[in-house]
Amino acid sequence: MAATSVEHLHSDGHFVTPQDKYSSMKLGMWLFIATEILLFGGLFAVYAIYRAKFPEMFFNGRDELSLLLGTTNTVILIVSSFSIAMGVTAIQRGKKNLLTFLIIVTLLCGALFGVNKYFEYTAKFHHGIFPSTDIFFALYFMMTSLHMLHVIVGMAILFIIMIFNMKGKYSPSNYTAPEVGALYWHLVDVIWIYLFGLLYLVA
Amino acid sequence: MSTETHELGGHIVPYKDLVLVVTALVILTGITVFVSTLDFGYAALNIFIAMAIASVKACLVSLWFMHLKFEDVITWIFIIFSLVLLCLLIGFSLSDEFLRITPKVNF
Repeated sequence: MAATSVEHLHSDGHFVTPQDKYSSMKLGMWLFIATEILLFGGLFAVYAIYRAKFPEMFFNGRDELSLLLGTTNTVILIVSSFSIAMGVTAIQRGKKNLLTFLIIVTLLCGALFGVNKYFEYTAKFHHGIFPSTDIFFALYFMMTSLHMLHVIVGMAILFIIMIFNMKGKYSPSNYTAPEVGALYWHLVDVIWIYLFGLLYLVA
Repeated sequence: MSTETHELGGHIVPYKDLVLVVTALVILTGITVFVSTLDFGYAALNIFIAMAIASVKACLVSLWFMHLKFEDVITWIFIIFSLVLLCLLIGFSLSDEFLRITPKVNF
């Protein structure tokens, strides 16, 4: 009978059980992450080709970048990733207020990252370096600004999750959104780890 | 390593493990910055070391922070498939760059 199966429907209607919803949403985010790898992968391929063609241009370009600011930003993003990972464990254990606090720490780290990036960009503009300067800086501005866009989107997602969490929406039996939002934030961290290596370190 | 799981089927990574992972990530960042200041005589070696350390860091983040270590087979297939495509893209682009022979045509 149709009526018996309706009883098992989760509130959203698409999923039979909360477990289905949880694993489907996580899988959806992983699929999105797979497409993001290929989005940045295209830029990495362009980088690889021009790095092979014009090594001197990339040496000179790298020397213009501030290793100190780049390293600081790397550590900031690692700490933010750590903080949101702690937050997921916290909500899985029912520590709602701890999750709110850890999301605030993550958002502050994201904002600090953005401030550093602002100073880096304005310093470049002051030295007369623009995306049109050469291919290295075209790639630098393209890659870092696309990454910065992801940071902003990630901060917006985490902010919304924080508001819902303060209203008591999440618990040890419903932490799908915090976990999926955290997955997106970790992706932003992983992309930066490679960008840092490619743009600031490789000589 | 804890095997604590939850009613939703998600894995709970203990705080202690996360602290260990973040410590390793910061130490690896220090190492990769230090190594980048060394001159081995071959730029390719610097690139290789920087990318190897970045990959170790990416693995640490995805395995523990993103719980990939505890995910099912289909998630792993998605990720490995996209990484294989990425290797094809970068690998064939670079092999074209290094191996292409430009024919000399005289009109």
